[in-house]
Amino acid sequence: MEQQPIIEARNLSKSFGNFAAVQDVSFSIYQGDVYGFLGQNGAGKSTTMRMLLGLIFPDNGSVYIKGTRFNNSSRHLLKHVGAVIERPDLYKYLSGWDNLRMFAKLSGGKISEERLNEVLDVVGLKGREQDKVKGYSQGMKQRLGIAIAMVHNPDLLILDEPTNGLDPQGIYEMRLLIQRLSKDFGKTILISSHLLYEIEQMATRMIIIHKGKKVVEGDVKTLMAPAENLMQVRLQNNTNALATITDSTWGKLLTSHHGDTYTFKMPQTDMPALNDWLVSAALGVLEIKSTHSLESYFLSLTNNEHAKAGAV
Amino acid sequence: MLRLELYKIFKRPRTYISFAIVTAIAMVIQLAMLADGKNFISFALQAVTEQFDIQGNILNGYLVAYIILQSLLVQIPLLIALVAGDALAGEAGMGTLRLLLTKPQSRTKIVLVKFIASLCYALMLITWLAVVALGLSVLIFGQGDLINLKSDSFVVLLKQDIPWRYVAAFGFAALAMATVASLALLLSSFADNAIGPIMGTMGVIVVLMIFSTLELPIFAVIKKYLFTTHMIGWKGFFDDPVPYAAILRSATVLVVYTIVFVGITIFWFNRKDIKS
Repeated sequence: MEQQPIIEARNLSKSFGNFAAVQDVSFSIYQGDVYGFLGQNGAGKSTTMRMLLGLIFPDNGSVYIKGTRFNNSSRHLLKHVGAVIERPDLYKYLSGWDNLRMFAKLSGGKISEERLNEVLDVVGLKGREQDKVKGYSQGMKQRLGIAIAMVHNPDLLILDEPTNGLDPQGIYEMRLLIQRLSKDFGKTILISSHLLYEIEQMATRMIIIHKGKKVVEGDVKTLMAPAENLMQVRLQNNTNALATITDSTWGKLLTSHHGDTYTFKMPQTDMPALNDWLVSAALGVLEIKSTHSLESYFLSLTNNEHAKAGAV
Repeated sequence: MLRLELYKIFKRPRTYISFAIVTAIAMVIQLAMLADGKNFISFALQAVTEQFDIQGNILNGYLVAYIILQSLLVQIPLLIALVAGDALAGEAGMGTLRLLLTKPQSRTKIVLVKFIASLCYALMLITWLAVVALGLSVLIFGQGDLINLKSDSFVVLLKQDIPWRYVAAFGFAALAMATVASLALLLSSFADNAIGPIMGTMGVIVVLMIFSTLELPIFAVIKKYLFTTHMIGWKGFFDDPVPYAAILRSATVLVVYTIVFVGITIFWFNRKDIKS
């Protein structure tokens, strides 16, 4: 029997005036996914996430939570979801504990004090819960936001830019926390971020949207393992290197050349053979690596000018 | 959910500003009456004393409370707007509305709870007004018959006949404040920060009150349909005989306005995209 998605977006569209923010976007998130949601600023990520949560009403299309159509009259389905959308804005004049307790009571079902302490422990805020939120750092607010999102033990966590405004240490801690939520607590997570490296580290599946339209969706490993990669080779300063390469059979695979760095477009499996040839040709190999990161993949799909910068 | 809403309201220091303002105004008037009340009374009753012999404790707590209530006619609705106007727009401005609406609670319930919480706040403010305006005045100035001066006549109410009138007047004032709260909540649902709805409510009330009180023929037609005209219906309880039909009509108008304002708020809020 086919697994039922926890949440499913079917042909979602939303316009603000003449601006089409989201156009016909569909995707499904299944139990256990860490689902990366990628797109440039203004691509429609937040609007889509808000439609999933009923904050914004779609012009067309629908959202299904655990197989049931979600709309304004079925808001009880939100008990299956916890979310932090953009900034975790909280009641600054209340303590962290008060904020958590208050939102816990609104999350459906009775939530014990023990559970409140448990989630505070998970997000690393134990001992600071009685402080007023106005004294919290951005990272602490983000973590309290996640505690509020997960306090009722939802099936799905929706985290919109959870690393926004955090310093490098905060980003690292947030990544560890999200990985922990997925691995140790089995949470299904939908996460959007500008930080592609973070998504690359965490996501199992992903969707990329551009100008409101879905560009690609699927398993991260599959999407990130295309038939041909860009291989970047750095050689010792050798005036004959370019001529040697272009005269060889590898020459037709060379796509760009900047200083002592040469980029080849070829299957990753041919990398050892290239290395062997470079060594035999005494070109002094300093470094050889695949440049196919999520970043380059993302930029190539969204036609960013940066993606074209390295082209011959 | 109502308890949480009240908790949020009463945890904010600015909520108590209204209570402080009411206390300050009441006490300033009481001090003024203590200092110069006798002269004020003899001046006010000048026309009456020419034809009538008035004896007894005229400058009493009931009279001072009545003067305070007249003075607070405009201020109290504005203080209600401070909280009710902030109810939805303030949350939108803080960003907490976004988080609140990711919880499995219906939007209609959220509006109703915020309205009831604003109403509770209004009731508490009016109760406090009763304590400082009536209770404190009676404590300071004692009891006595109330002389209610009108434009072309005056009414004398015996002191044993007064307490129930105050209870009824405060009850009516609560109803009027419910209308104000519902208007402020309606404007609050349109905005993403609290300043607009608070100022908007104040503006609407001030302008409509001018229409309601100006004795110009041009306003005569619309006057009876304005809720501000009926907000002063509490004064009827200090008339003799009490104009029950007029009070009931005013109460009905206020209830209808309240239901309409809350109804529009629910309708609008259930269709509103939360972009803040």
